Amino acid sequence: MSNLIAWIIRAIPFGTIIMYGAMGEIMTEKSGNLNLGVPGIMYLGGFAGYASAYYYENSAANPNLFFCIALAMICCILASMAGGLIFSFLTITLRANQNVSGLALTTFGMGVANFFGVFILNGSSYSAAPIANKAFSAKIPVLSSMGVIGQMFFSYGFLVYAAIVLAIALHWFLNKTRAGLNLRAVGENPATADAAGINVTKYKYMATCCGAGISGIGGLYYVLDYNRGIWATTGQIEALGWLAVALVIFTTWKPLNAIWGAYLFGILYWLYQYLPNLMGFSLPNYAMDLVQMVPYVVTIVVLIVVSLRKKRENQPPAHLGLAYFREER
Amino acid sequence: MSGEFRQATPVREPFMRIVKRDGMRVFHRIWVRIAAIILALVVDALFIYFVTGLNPLDVYGVMFGGSFGSKIRFLWSVRDLVTLLIVGIALAPAFKMRFWNIGGEGQILMGALMSALCMVYIGTKVPSGVLFLIMAATSILIGAFWAFIPAYFKAHWGTNETLFTLMMNYVATAFVACSTNIMRGQASSLGKLNMGNKAGWFPRLFGQYFTINVIVVLSLMVLMYVYLKYSKHGYEISVVGESENTARYAGINVKKVMIRTMLISGAICGLAGFLIVGGKDMTVSVNTAGGRGFDAIIVAWLAKFNTFTMALISFLLVFLENGAKEIASNYNLNDFASDIISGVILFFILGCEFFINYKLVFRGKAHKEVSVRV
Repeated sequence: MSNLIAWIIRAIPFGTIIMYGAMGEIMTEKSGNLNLGVPGIMYLGGFAGYASAYYYENSAANPNLFFCIALAMICCILASMAGGLIFSFLTITLRANQNVSGLALTTFGMGVANFFGVFILNGSSYSAAPIANKAFSAKIPVLSSMGVIGQMFFSYGFLVYAAIVLAIALHWFLNKTRAGLNLRAVGENPATADAAGINVTKYKYMATCCGAGISGIGGLYYVLDYNRGIWATTGQIEALGWLAVALVIFTTWKPLNAIWGAYLFGILYWLYQYLPNLMGFSLPNYAMDLVQMVPYVVTIVVLIVVSLRKKRENQPPAHLGLAYFREER
Repeated sequence: MSGEFRQATPVREPFMRIVKRDGMRVFHRIWVRIAAIILALVVDALFIYFVTGLNPLDVYGVMFGGSFGSKIRFLWSVRDLVTLLIVGIALAPAFKMRFWNIGGEGQILMGALMSALCMVYIGTKVPSGVLFLIMAATSILIGAFWAFIPAYFKAHWGTNETLFTLMMNYVATAFVACSTNIMRGQASSLGKLNMGNKAGWFPRLFGQYFTINVIVVLSLMVLMYVYLKYSKHGYEISVVGESENTARYAGINVKKVMIRTMLISGAICGLAGFLIVGGKDMTVSVNTAGGRGFDAIIVAWLAKFNTFTMALISFLLVFLENGAKEIASNYNLNDFASDIISGVILFFILGCEFFINYKLVFRGKAHKEVSVRV
């Protein structure tokens, strides 16, 4: 039982990282932009948040936790949106190919984060921002000490709960507001949306940049909470970014599904460590490597099932991945 | 009609609008791209100057030395170039068909894994000629199989291939991680395979193990060029890529073309894995593909699937990467600079396509155009 709880406590923070990545990408894809730069954007956001918190901690005599959070969040979102803006300009204004632009953005974002990261590392293998970590991973005071329930539901940093709120807000935005419906119209059929008087370019820009901002928070959460405020040069964020892209398909472009989907991915990701113990047998190392493919295999299965069933509400936005040019015939 | 209407009620014309170009002369196309690269280098130079305070020209000079500084550096650059180029060649037919094969990485890994398994488990049991044949055959087959799975589902049910192939990469990574874990046993890492008897290592030609890689890749470059440009298959690929419906009306079996093309694409990726293991790394790890499956997409796309142009762009990327490593060691920086520099160059090259496909018409000019037409 305690193993199962430990598993869930591990899975929820993991899920939160990719939930942010996926929610941002859902928003982006709803406008018809397939942004494969998510890993790069998560790098940009994670690094900008970390760097600002790190410098604030080391320069302020008496660092304020709330200011630390605000600063890291703002820097993270601005850096991620800058990444989204590069992508938007290339694909919306210059109508460059989205897949290739996205991959280039991933290379670029990873390069920027790790290049400047080395300056902060300054020769050591990792560096830490303990105060920011404390701020971001602060548990809910009273509730978290309520035994098992407290551990399972109330012992996470505030971004975990913010992610759930954001998912619900995004669901409401995409389904109930005029702007959200317009956005979906743009992603389904930009020519029709244009004829109906919707400013396609504006919607695409806004959705892609805001989406990038949301995705970037995933990187921030990874560095300052999940990874205990430690920055090191790894490829971990890239793998998480691709997993977030996979989660978008898993959710069939619905933010509410992202909540349980993300946690399920978290469970599957940590399967290799907890399941053998839980079932009472131990796996050799090499078998654990194999179990790590499970989240990806599940995504493939979902992809296939969705395409087989061809239910209309589960399909990607019809104009996903294509540039819109008004005079195109 | 429209001219009269315009005169009756003066509407505000946009300051600038975008018009599609009919086609641009080859000379102009090249000129636009060169201008984009120069602009990108200027932006990179500014970046280098403001971040590190170094003289950008010196830095570019050092970068140049990274690929041309000595004979062995140049040879290594050639080796890296052909390794990237063969993946580009592999992806070209798929991308020309607008089949987004992001799974080159996984297909290479599976090919490399098969070669490595052959080296370890039958390396000493069969004569070397047979060993090479088995290594090549199994690598090609598994690469093709890895590409066949997403192709089959895409052809029959329209399953999204971009994400399918992307996921297949991670499945392949898991297989490689598992197998290397078994093969290394108690050792901390796998190291070069068959260090003692060198079974499965390519014979040295002109002093280098990778000479065979160069020969194979260069001949594939010519073959793929001919295949895409002059064969019936190549024609079918480009029709399917332009419009699946057109292809269908013209009596092309789209499903067949799709699966066949992906089999070829995956097979060459598998072959690339074989070449990397036999002639370059002599081992396999989860980093064997090293992002080439992604870089090669950019190579193939920017070159518009012309394999000779692909060689040029591969050269540019390899030059940047090796140059950045050189900068890193010379100036105490790190080689992630290459990711930034090549990222910026890619943005500019991608963006410049706009000026090849479209032109901007400003307000005054537009009026002239209208009056001429009326």
